[in-house]
Amino acid sequence: MIVAQRKSIPEITEMLDGHKKILVLGCGTCVTVCLAGGEREVGIISSALRISSNLKNMEFEVEELTIERQCDNIFIEKAADAISRNDVVLSLGCGAGVQAMAERFDKPVYAGLDTEFIGILEERATWTEKCISCGKCVLHMYGGICPVTRCAKHMLNGPCSGSKEDRCEVRPDRPCAWQLIYSRLKTIGELDKLKEIKAPKNWSYGIHGGSRIIIREDHRV
Amino acid sequence: MSNENFQPVIIAFCCQYCSYSAADLAGSMRLQYPPNVRIVRTPCTGRLEVNFFMKAFENGADGILVAGCLEGGCHFTEGNFLAKGRVGYTQTILYESGLEFERIRMINISAAMARPFVDQINDMIETVKKLGPNPLSGKVQTVKEEIVV
Repeated sequence: MIVAQRKSIPEITEMLDGHKKILVLGCGTCVTVCLAGGEREVGIISSALRISSNLKNMEFEVEELTIERQCDNIFIEKAADAISRNDVVLSLGCGAGVQAMAERFDKPVYAGLDTEFIGILEERATWTEKCISCGKCVLHMYGGICPVTRCAKHMLNGPCSGSKEDRCEVRPDRPCAWQLIYSRLKTIGELDKLKEIKAPKNWSYGIHGGSRIIIREDHRV
Repeated sequence: MSNENFQPVIIAFCCQYCSYSAADLAGSMRLQYPPNVRIVRTPCTGRLEVNFFMKAFENGADGILVAGCLEGGCHFTEGNFLAKGRVGYTQTILYESGLEFERIRMINISAAMARPFVDQINDMIETVKKLGPNPLSGKVQTVKEEIVV
């Protein structure tokens, strides 16, 4: 899922300065699960904006709404009435959600969250990055542990020899991905996969080759 | 309003297994404390959401006291730890919003601690009196809410 974090209230109020009627729009999918932009967070941020605007005499009128998904036309339609009533939308969706809203309505749409990464819930209230969507998956060669994402140096032929006690030398709070890969391949009996020298990665499949588009002709009418 | 005459409204969210009983015991023991406190009984402080606190402040509460069980003594194992985290998060949001974070506080009280309960209430009232009235009291308009399923 996509993991995001809320922007600070001063950042948001600065963004919204000069507007009066504000729709705080939550998204019921990924950002709800990562406790950043769901119905509950819409309530919290709306309250904070009302408090902040009253203390600073900014006169915000804040309306709250949460739709199932901000990146899907069917659900976006449900926000149309609320958006027409307000001057500006503060979207608590991910970057895709904010842009989907902005493309469909002639109102300013601002991001209330910082979209961070594609990750999983590792343990309670802890999310970790697992995929950088590089466009050419190599997970089958590394026992299901992605060196492109989880190795700070993106090494396809690791390890770098800089790790200390299984921890990454760049980020000591994270485990060394290559240590994990070695242990995993050993457990599943596929250590021989490491003997093969991998060619340098073709980054043009990823964002480095420009923004991507996928068209499935078989599903088009 | 000068701070000397100011009588704050404190919302005390009390867990029914401990501090609510402590409040009851304080009554039985005829312990006196100021009538500024509005007690709200909760099944566990873990039930309390950040939203509850924010709405209370929006609606003019001068202070909030969250009274849960002693650490390790929660009937539901960890409800008071959840509340502790949420109170901390509320303090962060209040600080970012420009309201004093000291207006909300969590305390841990057992059902037998009637006297400490009264002391904590008095201490909270003193703290909020020093801060002055909630500047939002009566200012925030009715909250509009709409949920699309």
